[in-house]
Formats: sequence, C-alpha cells, structure tokens
Amino acid sequence: MTRQTLRENGPFAAGRKKALRGSDVSQALGFLLLGACIVFALFFLGTILYFILVRGAPAISWEFLTSVPRRAMTQGGVAPAIVGTFYLTVGAISFSLPLGLACAIYLCEYSPKTVLVNIIRLSINNLAGIPSIVFGLFGFAVFVKVFGFGVSILSGSLTLGIMALPGIISASQEAILAVPQSYKEASLALGATHWQTIARVVLPSAFPGILTGVILNIGRVAGETAPILFTAVTFYTRGYPDSVFSEVMALPYHIYALMTEGTRPEIQTQIAYGCSLILLSLVLAISAVAIILRQRQRRIYGS
Amino acid sequence: MRHFKETLYKWIFTILAFASLLFLVGIILTLFRESYPLLVRHDFFDIVFGRFWYPTYDPPEFGMFPLIAASFVVTFGAMAVCVPIGVGTALFLHELASAPQRAVMKPVIEILAGIPSIVYGFFGMIIVAPFIQNLLGIPTGLNAFTASLVLGIMATPTVASLAEDAVSFVPSSFREASLALGANQWQTLTRVVVPAAGSGISTAIILGIGRAVGETMTVLMVAGGAAAIPGSVFDPVRPMTATIAAEMGEAVMGSAHFHALFAIGLILFLITLVVNIFAEIISRRFRLKLGLGR
Repeated sequence: MTRQTLRENGPFAAGRKKALRGSDVSQALGFLLLGACIVFALFFLGTILYFILVRGAPAISWEFLTSVPRRAMTQGGVAPAIVGTFYLTVGAISFSLPLGLACAIYLCEYSPKTVLVNIIRLSINNLAGIPSIVFGLFGFAVFVKVFGFGVSILSGSLTLGIMALPGIISASQEAILAVPQSYKEASLALGATHWQTIARVVLPSAFPGILTGVILNIGRVAGETAPILFTAVTFYTRGYPDSVFSEVMALPYHIYALMTEGTRPEIQTQIAYGCSLILLSLVLAISAVAIILRQRQRRIYGS
Repeated sequence: MRHFKETLYKWIFTILAFASLLFLVGIILTLFRESYPLLVRHDFFDIVFGRFWYPTYDPPEFGMFPLIAASFVVTFGAMAVCVPIGVGTALFLHELASAPQRAVMKPVIEILAGIPSIVYGFFGMIIVAPFIQNLLGIPTGLNAFTASLVLGIMATPTVASLAEDAVSFVPSSFREASLALGANQWQTLTRVVVPAAGSGISTAIILGIGRAVGETMTVLMVAGGAAAIPGSVFDPVRPMTATIAAEMGEAVMGSAHFHALFAIGLILFLITLVVNIFAEIISRRFRLKLGLGR
C-alpha cells in the first residue's frame, strides 16, 4: 500500500477526514507554489525555443547551410561558420580528452592519499569555476602572443580545451569509479599487472560512461563564445580555413557579430535567427544523445 | 621489464595529472603579469573604488567601481529570478512529481541547461528587451533589469539541477520518520527535507552566483553597455565580463588600457575563487552532516 492510500484508507483515515485542517490548506498552497515554479521555468525556456524555431526556420535552406557568405554578410550561407565551429570543437576535445582521461586515471587508480592529490583536486574545482572570458584572456596572452600561434584555430582549440578539461576529468572519474571493484580484483587475481588491469578491464568497462561525458562536453564547447573571442574568430573569411594557423568563423560568434556590426540590421537579424537555430539544434541534439545514453547505462548498471 | 613498464605508466599519469594545476597557475601568473604595470602605477584601492571608467581619455581613468557595481546588480537580480524558480523546480521534481513525470522532466531540464549563452543573449536582445521597453515605457530595454531577467532564466536549469542533487542526498529515513510522526508531506518538506538539504541547496546557489558573475555573452548583448554607476535597475550597465569582451579588440597591446582589462580579469578571477572556496566549505559541511563522508 502506498503512502497515499494508507492516508485515505488506513486505520486512522476516519479521524483524518473529519475536518480540513490548516496544515492541509498550507500543504495545498505550497504544492501549488512549487507547481507554479516549474511551469514558469518550462514556460520561459519553451518561449526561447519557440521563437528561435519559428523565426529561424524560414532562414534555413540548403544554400544557407552549404555556401559561403556574400555581399557583406547579407546573402549566401554560413557554411564557413559551421565548419569553423566543427574544427574548434574537434581541436578542443582532441586536446582535453587524453589529458583529462589521464588525470582521471591517476586520481582513481594511482593516487596516493597525499596533500599533492588534494591540490590537484582543488585546482580542478577552481578551474571549473573560472569565467570563460578569463580563459579567453589567458589564451590571448599565452597562445596568441607568447607562443606566437596568432588568432587561429590552434589558439582557440587550446583555450577551449583547457576550459573543457575539468568537465572531462569529472565525467571520466565518475565513469571509472562506477566500474565494480570485483572486476579489478578478478583481473589482479588472475595475475594481471596494475596497468594491464587498467587498460584491459577498467577502461573498456568505463568506456560508455566516458563517452557520454565527452559528448556532453562537446555540446558545451561548441556553444562557447567568450574564450574564442580574442583567440580564434573573425567576422568574415572568404572561404574555408586551410591550416590550424588560420582564423575562422564560428557560429556563436557569428550571431554576436551579426547583431552588433554591419549596416543591414533587418537582413542580418534574419541570418542570426538562422544561425541560432543551427547552433541550438546542434548543441541540444548532442546533449540529448548524451543524456539518453547515460540514462540507458544507469538502468543497465542500476546505480 | 614488466616492472619498468608499470613504473613508467605510473609516472606518465602522475605527470599528466598535474596539467590542471599547471593551467591554473598559468592563468594566475598571466593575469598578474599582464595587470602588474597598471597595479604599480595606481593604488589598488583607487582602481577598485574609482568612480570613473574612461580608459580612452587623456589622461585615462581606470576606476572599476561602475563595472563591479554593474556585475553585482545584474548577478543579484539574476539570483532573485533563478533561486526561487530553480529551487522550487527541484523540490517539485523530487518530492511531488510522479516517476514518469520525473523521468521526462529531469533530462529535459538538463538538456535546457546546455543552451549556449549566446542564444540567450540573442533572445534577450531581440525579444525580451523590446518587450520590456514597451511594457514599462522606458527609453531602452537594454538595461540591468532585462539582463538580470535573461541571466536568471539562463541559470535556472543549472540551479534546479544542482539543488535536485542536494535534495536527493537527504536520506529517506529522515522523511519517513517525519511522516510517521504525523507530519504531512508539506510539513516534512519544509521542516525536515529543506533544512537537511539546506547547505547543499546553498552550495547550488553559490555556484549559480559564480556562474552568473562570470557570464559574458548574455550581459554583453543585453545589459546596455554604459560604464556608469547605475542609478536604478532600469539603467544600462556594463558588467566586468562585458567590458573585457567589448574593449579587448580596441585596446592597444601593452597600453594602460590593455593592462586594465587584465586587471578586471584578475578581479573576476579572485571573486570566483572566493565563491568556489565558500561553496567547497559549505558542501564539505553538508556531506559531513548527512554522514556521507568526504
């Protein structure tokens, strides 16, 4: 019998039904309030999705997705921005994934419980809280200027990669810790070394979890603007980037530039709606895939 | 040979694990190094509490108080929106929603938390600002109020998600004990669950504050951009993050203006550092209180 049916049909139900008590009224009001909160939240967020979808959809066409911009951004498509966002994201993940995974392996498998490890944990937490624009400043001072990479895909990817690092580490850590202890013990008992156990037992079992964590972070990286503002992007390129040292267009920055620069606001706004829709669909689709995958895994592992 | 390989791998991972520390130290050093030329010429107190931000005048003035004030106004405005709605949403999801409702709404909220900030900025600029301007009959819709509203909506899924985690850590025995003593569900929620999850919820709120202070694109597009001390919430403002983003492009490399922008970055970093430390302390206490260990 559930809590509710006990209340209604249980041995003390008769006494309870006698009068509507003050506490019942406050409970009803309280529940109403909480319901209102979630309705508010979903209403606001729904409004955003609605406007972007309805006003962005007319801008989308095959040409919009596949051709280069023409006539000072008022015609043509945004293909270079889509390609640029793709390069930056791939670059950032290929930098931060190996590093983040290695760090997670160390923390979960090797770390002696020392002060040093606490310092590493603390720096990961703090790195996670730093504003994205500060990463942009760092990337500009170090990668663009000191290392001399210039405003380029390389500088932008490294900056985004550092920003994504804490997320990758904690996702990998969670996945590695979820691997049952018995798997490791079985492997060690069979005479495998520590490294063999990690490489052939722990990592393959943790792989699905690591994958979802990485996908979630891809979504976040793709939508970031502030870190690439001074390190990678430009308003307009003639064609596609040809090396890691070229400047790129990127979808998030392109939306900003369309809204703040140029001379034809109405047409540019229309294009910005189109870009927002593309970016939003990309990011939401990526994170939806990750979250659905994760839910399925949780059901399998039952945690 | 085998032993050698094992040791080698161990060392590789140990070295790579220090990458985060390296980057953190790198960021701190960079911020200090690039803002140092400004900090030696001006008194730190004058910079933080100076009332005029005229970086391009001759002589320039680098008073950051208007920018810091703007960040605070917008952040607390955003909190006023997202804390009640976010925490309410979390409590609803955890305590009232049926299992199927939860199974749908929790991932939906998590997915919505991933909407890029530029999309919020764009939406705020093109939809919310004109709406607020017409509704209240004010000269511009791009102001601290609108920025707070949009930033608050943006932070709601994050706060809701973190607060929900905090509530789910409250042992069900707490709840059962309260119900067994005859308290109804609402009384249990307000007098047992929320107090028990209190510091976890506070951590969620503090982390939300950290995010809102550091958010750039939304305030850059929606807050209006006037670097003056706001007289009311309907004045256009220019928070710290927006100042860096807007002015970095025009600041000459190595000029006082350039160093001043790094000094803003340094102050931002210090603020988020303090916020993180607070969150860490409170969440540690929370875990100890509920007997979850470290």
